[in-house]
Amino acid sequence: MIRFDHVSKRYATGGDALADVSFHLPAGGIGFLIGRSGAGKSTLLKLIACIEYASRGQVLIDGQNLGQLGRRGVPYLRRQMGIVFQNHQLLFDRSVFDNVALPLSIAGYPPREIGRRVRAALDKVGLLSKERVYPVSLSGGEQQRVGIARAVVNRPRLLLADEPTGNLDPELSVEIMSLFRQFNQVGVSVLVATHDLSLVERFGHPLLVLQDGRLVHDGFAKRQRAEDTAHGQG
Amino acid sequence: MARASDLRRGGRRRSGQRGEMDASAWLDQHRAACTLSLRKLLASPLATLLTAAVIGIALALPTAFFALLHNVQSLGSDWDGAARISLYLADSVADAEGAALAEELVGRADVAIARHIDRAAALAEFRELSGFGEVLDSLDENPLPGVVVVHPQAAATPDAVAALAAELGALHAVGDARVDLQWVQRLHAIIGVIQRAVAIVAALLGVAVLLVVGNTIRLDILGRREEIVVVKLIGATDGFVRRPFLYGGAAYGLLGGALAVLLVTLALGLIAAPVRGLAQLYGSAFEFSGLNLDSALALMLCGMLLGLGGAWLAVGRHLRDIEPR
Repeated sequence: MIRFDHVSKRYATGGDALADVSFHLPAGGIGFLIGRSGAGKSTLLKLIACIEYASRGQVLIDGQNLGQLGRRGVPYLRRQMGIVFQNHQLLFDRSVFDNVALPLSIAGYPPREIGRRVRAALDKVGLLSKERVYPVSLSGGEQQRVGIARAVVNRPRLLLADEPTGNLDPELSVEIMSLFRQFNQVGVSVLVATHDLSLVERFGHPLLVLQDGRLVHDGFAKRQRAEDTAHGQG
Repeated sequence: MARASDLRRGGRRRSGQRGEMDASAWLDQHRAACTLSLRKLLASPLATLLTAAVIGIALALPTAFFALLHNVQSLGSDWDGAARISLYLADSVADAEGAALAEELVGRADVAIARHIDRAAALAEFRELSGFGEVLDSLDENPLPGVVVVHPQAAATPDAVAALAAELGALHAVGDARVDLQWVQRLHAIIGVIQRAVAIVAALLGVAVLLVVGNTIRLDILGRREEIVVVKLIGATDGFVRRPFLYGGAAYGLLGGALAVLLVTLALGLIAAPVRGLAQLYGSAFEFSGLNLDSALALMLCGMLLGLGGAWLAVGRHLRDIEPR
């Protein structure tokens, strides 16, 4: 689903944000992206969402080379992924329902279909009763759940999350992560960037560890090798 | 994995990876963008009204000038057809001869009307209109010559009228021939100059409307920067982001155009009464014409297009700069 092939990213301001990063997150996989702040987690996610482009190497999403996507193709790529932000990025001048409906109205769904899907997504994150409420009056955890509902309402094949539990207490964090796992269980590929190591240990998904822009641990490759070995023996 | 399941889950109108939406989805989006932009305008009615007022005044000024010019022009053309040649008869010509000359001239193909004013009638008319009655009374004899007023055929060009005047002026009985045409030509020349000036002012004010709307939309765009970033992040195309701003600009323009119609109608209404009085002084039944429905609609359309153009300028310049970071 996500394939990085010797990817480097150097910003115009100088300094390598990413250096020679290669990994493959298989379709339907779930994993954590960890590292200290400044290690390159955000840059890596930005490359996947076409917010930034690789200086060297290739990023492929579902076989599509993002370097060759072109400006006009970017919106359609983003529609295939759901992105959850640390600060939610909700629009505060419209209701919870309208926030969650946004990806669908952008994609041109008919209103009835939008209503059905938005309610399904809100139900999934347990906020169906708040559809008419404005985001301001929600708690931090609730706002984050609205953000998740918006990310999944379009039924993306890939879910990206950038520090989704950054501002939440541990209990809420576990709740949010459980949501991600549920989506993964119905076939959505998930990549969660976090620095919450207790969460990482608790869920035990494969890790991608970044240190100063380099990938120092690739849990997917390790798992792949283990599977290969197992097959070899079997 | 995804392609097949997408199709299954997607329903009829799912837009594909780069798929085009069908027409009704496209219309839905336009309707949504339109309502959104109108709601934003209504949310801050005072600011909206102020912008619309600036546009309205900018549009009203040249429109009012054009309307006035149109009236003056129609006044000119009314009198244009009535270009007259006054034949002042020689002193030796008796009233009866003057009347005979008039009848003879009516027989000509290039003359529509020829009317004889005998010396006594000329004196009476002069006495009535000039206010010099007492001075005239002190004179021993009537100083005024008889006059034959000739109206050329309406289709006659100014040149033909001049030629006719020269020919009639050479007649034995005629002392002098005057064409009351020059002032009409001068009026036309003046109208031409003013028309050009008003066109220039109109063009400048049109540019002003573009800039006003452009600036308003620019501020609007900057104020909604975060919203734009968010919708781009969740897959909005440039078109989707652009649409509400374009509708907003068009709405400003339309509102401004409507205000301009109101202002011009009001202003012309205020002018109409004194103009009627003026026309009466000249013994004319001239009626001042205001904006008709067609020009009112054209003015509103013009405002809307200018608003759309201004928004387009702002959107083209600024939306590209706003990208997720």
